[in-house]
Amino acid sequence: MKNALRQIKSYPSAVAGLAIILLLVALAIFAVIKIPYQEAVALWRGGDNVWLETPRNARPAWFNWFYKEKQPVTIVRRTTDETAEKMVADLGGGVKMIDTILEFDYHYDGFPQELAIFLQATYQAARPNVNFVWVTPDGREIALNELQVRQSESYRISQDSRLERRLGGVKPEIALFQDPKNPGKVLKGTYQLRAEGLVFEEGSTVDASLVVYGKLHGLAGTDHRRRDLMVALLWGAPVALSFGLLAAVGSSLTTMILAAASVWFGGWVDWVIRRINEIVMILPLLPILIMVGLFYSRSIWVILGVVIALGIFGSGILSYRAMFLQVKESGYIEAARAYGASNGRIIFRYLVPRILPVLIPGFVIQVPSYVFLEATLSVLGLGDPLLPTWGKLLSDAQSNGALMNGYFYWVLEPAALLMLAGLGFVMLGYALDRIFNPRLREL
Amino acid sequence: MVNVDTAQAQGAAERGRIMSNLGRVLRYTLVRGLTLLATVVVAVYLTILIANGGGYVDQMRISQVREQVITQMGADPMMAQLTVQQRKELEEERIRVRIEQLGLDRPFMVRSFEYLWNGLTLNLGSAEYLLSDSGSREVRNILGERLPSTLLLMATSQLLLFFSALFVALFLSRRYGSFLDKLIIALAPNSAAPGWFYGIFLILIFAAVLGWLPFGGMIDAPPPQNPWLRALSIAKHMVLPVLAMFISSIFSSIYTWRTFFLIYSSEDYVEMAKAKGLSDRQIERRYVLRPTLPTIVTSFSLMLITLWVGAIVLETVFAWPGIGRLTQQAINLFDTPVIVANTVIYAYLLALTLFLLDIIYALVDPRVKLGGGGNRS
Repeated sequence: MKNALRQIKSYPSAVAGLAIILLLVALAIFAVIKIPYQEAVALWRGGDNVWLETPRNARPAWFNWFYKEKQPVTIVRRTTDETAEKMVADLGGGVKMIDTILEFDYHYDGFPQELAIFLQATYQAARPNVNFVWVTPDGREIALNELQVRQSESYRISQDSRLERRLGGVKPEIALFQDPKNPGKVLKGTYQLRAEGLVFEEGSTVDASLVVYGKLHGLAGTDHRRRDLMVALLWGAPVALSFGLLAAVGSSLTTMILAAASVWFGGWVDWVIRRINEIVMILPLLPILIMVGLFYSRSIWVILGVVIALGIFGSGILSYRAMFLQVKESGYIEAARAYGASNGRIIFRYLVPRILPVLIPGFVIQVPSYVFLEATLSVLGLGDPLLPTWGKLLSDAQSNGALMNGYFYWVLEPAALLMLAGLGFVMLGYALDRIFNPRLREL
Repeated sequence: MVNVDTAQAQGAAERGRIMSNLGRVLRYTLVRGLTLLATVVVAVYLTILIANGGGYVDQMRISQVREQVITQMGADPMMAQLTVQQRKELEEERIRVRIEQLGLDRPFMVRSFEYLWNGLTLNLGSAEYLLSDSGSREVRNILGERLPSTLLLMATSQLLLFFSALFVALFLSRRYGSFLDKLIIALAPNSAAPGWFYGIFLILIFAAVLGWLPFGGMIDAPPPQNPWLRALSIAKHMVLPVLAMFISSIFSSIYTWRTFFLIYSSEDYVEMAKAKGLSDRQIERRYVLRPTLPTIVTSFSLMLITLWVGAIVLETVFAWPGIGRLTQQAINLFDTPVIVANTVIYAYLLALTLFLLDIIYALVDPRVKLGGGGNRS
């Protein structure tokens, strides 16, 4: 083993492959610690309030580094913030006037994607009343809307068609930000939203938060349901690694043991194993997996089990069989038989270890194909219903026409990670193949 | 006289050997054919069990029938005149009749064997939900309609792949160790990613960014009337999917063939031919290609079968109206007859090919031992 490690060092591709794998493992561990399973599932399912304040289909924030025209990232201002300017005037009889000014700087070249105000109120019977006024950097005041606030309310300014008509048929998120002297350009500077609230009861409150949705978000961007792609990119790592590794190890080890048993016992055992093999080779793998996904369970563990069960058979078992047939005749097996070793001992202690050098590179090389199999199933809409994975990102991107609409990041990010994972294992596997099977080095 | 006798005796011995050889070939053929047939039967039956979710689909269909009947009766104004009791009875009656019509009243196990028999006798029946473009329910017609497009796509890409891999491999095996050789070996691992994965990249580059080629589909809408323009339009739509499949397997198949040819070119008789001063061409044709021919034929015929299956995800990604996409649609609609028909035909094709290959091997290759079984698989 030490020897193997030293040899790995002499193969640059193996070192690079190993580095990539370690990186992915680190990413996987980080993901699991940072976002625990339950939280990841909840985030990805995304109930009503999980992704309220993220933009739709936003590109990653680092896009700004490459473009001269800077696009906005999301700005959120809340009346509960320390920085919010608050003026409270008691008008008597429980009636209070609460004026809050939400202020933010806007120095981007692009218009925001959307504008919304989310309100929360507490009251007994009389709903608080809020009037919103938009103040531009050049001092214009634009009245937005007056609302009677229920316990929780959202006012999507961008969808206010009356406001749009008042603004001359221009979309509010553009009209409110554009320079009147220079239409189509953003007026940069400090904007204010004045919330003039009236509460009618003792102890009644009203809070508002203004969300200026940007066109960029975070390191990874967001999808059509406002979810941060980062969650799936991070969680894709542990899922892909464990699926790929378990499937590869599970199926290749079982294949080997079956092949060994088939050779060792011969007779009817051999016959049965070979017939089962022929049957499974006729069954089409992907349609079977799809049907299992539809009828029984789309849980990744069930699919994994079926993949292993079907992956056991195939051409691999035949080539292992051929190898074992040679090994079976060697002298040390005869010696083992002579001292009365049991069948199990011969198979597990003498036959299987002999072929391990062939097995290890083989299963490392197999890992990527299983990683891609998970992605393939996801693209067909049969991914795990709960877990966010790389394949599911690709599937969402595919079904929402990401390529046609120009959301390339949505496809490229998971694809790059998938490729990285594939590359790491394949590079390591091919190098291991050369280390463990010196005969290959000549070819 | 003595000479004639020995000649006759020799002739008889020869005939006897041929006869016994023939007998062995026949017996072997029979045994092999029967095993393969049994294999097909079991595989098809398994598919039927899985495709029906072990009877789960039946339950679904029964509740569907129930729903249909109830909505139908709800829409019927005559029903309003009946009492609740009468209506209930009528409802039950109609549901019962409908279920009997569909044969759903018999246990699934019984019907699964019926499916099996129909499948094996290629009595493909009619689809549950899917329709062909011409409106037919016959599975035969549905498959027939999709087959040309899959064959067109798969045959183009697979034939291109097969022959270019073969020729490049032959070329490289003469020049092994060269830069090109090392490059191909280095690129071989790229086949870990499936064709559709490269397809996405190709769509991104050539359709989304450059706009040179269409995103997917098989022909422009509306289809051009002129047959030449039609062909051109189809060709344009084929470029990306063919390229995707090509990229995903070309390097690894070149690598496999190259290694294979290298093993055969290090045989002693090839060295001998080289020593005799034969040209590279002659060596290749007589001493490398000839012994490898059985393997080439095998892989060619196995390649031909894959044409039938199509490529499920690739066809989905490129919206190509072939068998692969049909399979996916059928699976999503729980359309068992279509799924089973597809598997049955595939199983038959595979078994038949294996069978023919076995016989051809047995007849052609003197190294293949007959009937001995044991070491052969």
